Amino acid sequence: MKAADSLARRARWRWPEIVFWLLALAAIAAPAGKHLILNEIAILALFALSLDLILGYAGIISLGHAAFFGFGAYAAGLICKYATADPVLGLLLAMLLSAMLGLLTSLLVLRGSDLTRLMVTLGMALVLHEIANALPQWTGGADGLQGMAVGPLLGRFDFDLFGRTAYGYSIVTLFVLFVLARRIVKSPFGVSLMAIRRNSLRASALGVPVNRRLIAVYALGAAYAGAAGALLAQTTAYVSLDVLEFNRSADVLLTLIIGGTGWLYGGIVGAFVFKVLQDLLSSGAPQFWLFWLGLFLVVLALVGRDRLHGLVRRAMP
Amino acid sequence: MLKRGMAAVAALALASSGAAAQETVKIGLVLPMTGQQASTGKQIEAAVKLYQAQHGNMVAGKKIEVILKDDTTVPDVTKRLATELVTNDKVAFLAGFGITPSAMSTAPVATQAKVPEIVMAAGTSSITEASPFIARTSFTLAQSSVPMAEWAFKNGIKKVVTLVSDYGPGIDAEKSFSDKFKADGGTIVENLRIPMRSPDFSPVLQKVADAKPDALFVFVPSGTGAQFVKQFVERGLDKSGVKLIATGDVTDDDQLNGMGDAVVGVINAHNYSANHNSALNKSFVEGFKKANSGMRPNFMAVGGYDGMHLIYEALKKTNGDTDGTKLMTAIKGMAWESPRGPISIDPDTRDIVQNIYIRKVQKVDGELYNVEFDTIANVKDPVKAAKK
Repeated sequence: MKAADSLARRARWRWPEIVFWLLALAAIAAPAGKHLILNEIAILALFALSLDLILGYAGIISLGHAAFFGFGAYAAGLICKYATADPVLGLLLAMLLSAMLGLLTSLLVLRGSDLTRLMVTLGMALVLHEIANALPQWTGGADGLQGMAVGPLLGRFDFDLFGRTAYGYSIVTLFVLFVLARRIVKSPFGVSLMAIRRNSLRASALGVPVNRRLIAVYALGAAYAGAAGALLAQTTAYVSLDVLEFNRSADVLLTLIIGGTGWLYGGIVGAFVFKVLQDLLSSGAPQFWLFWLGLFLVVLALVGRDRLHGLVRRAMP
Repeated sequence: MLKRGMAAVAALALASSGAAAQETVKIGLVLPMTGQQASTGKQIEAAVKLYQAQHGNMVAGKKIEVILKDDTTVPDVTKRLATELVTNDKVAFLAGFGITPSAMSTAPVATQAKVPEIVMAAGTSSITEASPFIARTSFTLAQSSVPMAEWAFKNGIKKVVTLVSDYGPGIDAEKSFSDKFKADGGTIVENLRIPMRSPDFSPVLQKVADAKPDALFVFVPSGTGAQFVKQFVERGLDKSGVKLIATGDVTDDDQLNGMGDAVVGVINAHNYSANHNSALNKSFVEGFKKANSGMRPNFMAVGGYDGMHLIYEALKKTNGDTDGTKLMTAIKGMAWESPRGPISIDPDTRDIVQNIYIRKVQKVDGELYNVEFDTIANVKDPVKAAKK
């Protein structure tokens, strides 16, 4: 009974969390003007959340997470062009396909240590990038995938120029997937993942099926990343090779590090800070903003990321 | 979807037509200022500033305000920034666009909001077909590779090997060059491609040496040109009688001087050389160098400069009216003298019509320049011309 109680206590919703989600959902109705950047934040947050599932909870380090993001984006783009224009159906299919890719590639990733994993994940993203580049009749190659006519959301809401529908769609998707992820990581399954991350030998001695758990969470992370890619493709009605670039993998890692790993809100906080900083700095000094961003990261590291995170995490575990 | 978007934009235009909004015309300049194509952004931004310094910032009684945004060479960011510029800042023009996917991703925004999109850099032929509100002041790749093929055949080159970077523009260059050269009666011995990243040219250069063609046609993105030419010379191919012909991207003015004497003698075709002999170009180059601590303007800069000219002249023609459809009517068919020579906007395709110059890299006053020695006048984009 005691263990069940402790799990239930960990899973209880705190009021700062509720306030946060109410604010995020209320922003759909905010005056027009900021929805496009909010949409980008929501998508990056979902992408970072997916990386957190595999890195923060299961300890699988990845330098090629954009592979799933890009795969999901192209899947959604092609589904929209050739199968169905309905965005929600497209999103679900793209997630399913990404999960399958995750399942397949997990077999490669599980072999070897952290360094091997870095190389394998990086390599996979490069391979997918090259495949997309080499199939211009499908992907549009370097010119990008064009001609996506995304249908109205739920048959009612058109994607408008101001991005209100796009943001609503992305934030609701993020919320639903977040709640699901929250349930998963606070369940015994999630606890067993953390046991694996801390010491996989000991975990297997305790009877945790290490490999099966890692495969499951890797496929889940892939599905989440694919969802983020699909959202990007559907809300911009465009996919370019850039979705598979190394920069994407690096940016999402950076986002997660800013926000904090092993904490589901880490990706969301990181995405918010990263995008808002980028937007503010780059409109102030389009040439030199990278300098200021770098300075911020150094200061963040010196001040002690953990101290800052500690303050927030107490409120939103 | 389109209708509702348009209605929203119309409502917005009505709301913003107050007195204050009419006195400034805003131009949203979206460029890659960081990331892979940062040098393109730097050149165009400098050229836009120079144009404003030379021509003032008042047109038809209105103040011109340029809002610069960095898209970090990422197309979905370009689209977001362009949309924000249209909806929040209410710009009358979108301009810039360093790479093809950026220009393409923004096309639906231009169509939906009826805001002219002036493409100042990106060079894939199909861009202007993506929206009726796109006009281009840079060039298309086929525009320089087709005249190169024509010139080569006329000047006794019968057997050619092509070598391009393996990505969209490279494949375009390969195809348009090969098609033209074969149509004229020449032989393409082999089409070679090399990866975009960390290219090692030695294996392909060995193939070239074995094939012994009359000439090797090359397209690589501008940064890679120096590396290529160096390896070409190191392998002794320059002395083996294989002529090196290229598009002007390879001998980009921005980097040409740092490439060393190895590039002397490379024959290439392009739309602009900083060495172009005209009074207008002299003042352009001088002003550009002065304002940018000696940096030489390249073909990107001239695209930005002419883009600004197009915007200014279109506004003069509409008498300051910023209605997108009227501006596009004004833009179509406009002709003027640019630092690169006479140019015009094709009224049918909204693409640029310009002279293509055949040039040879030479030393002029101790510096390397592309010296023009032959002109092919009024070249339209060959890809779109062939479709008709």
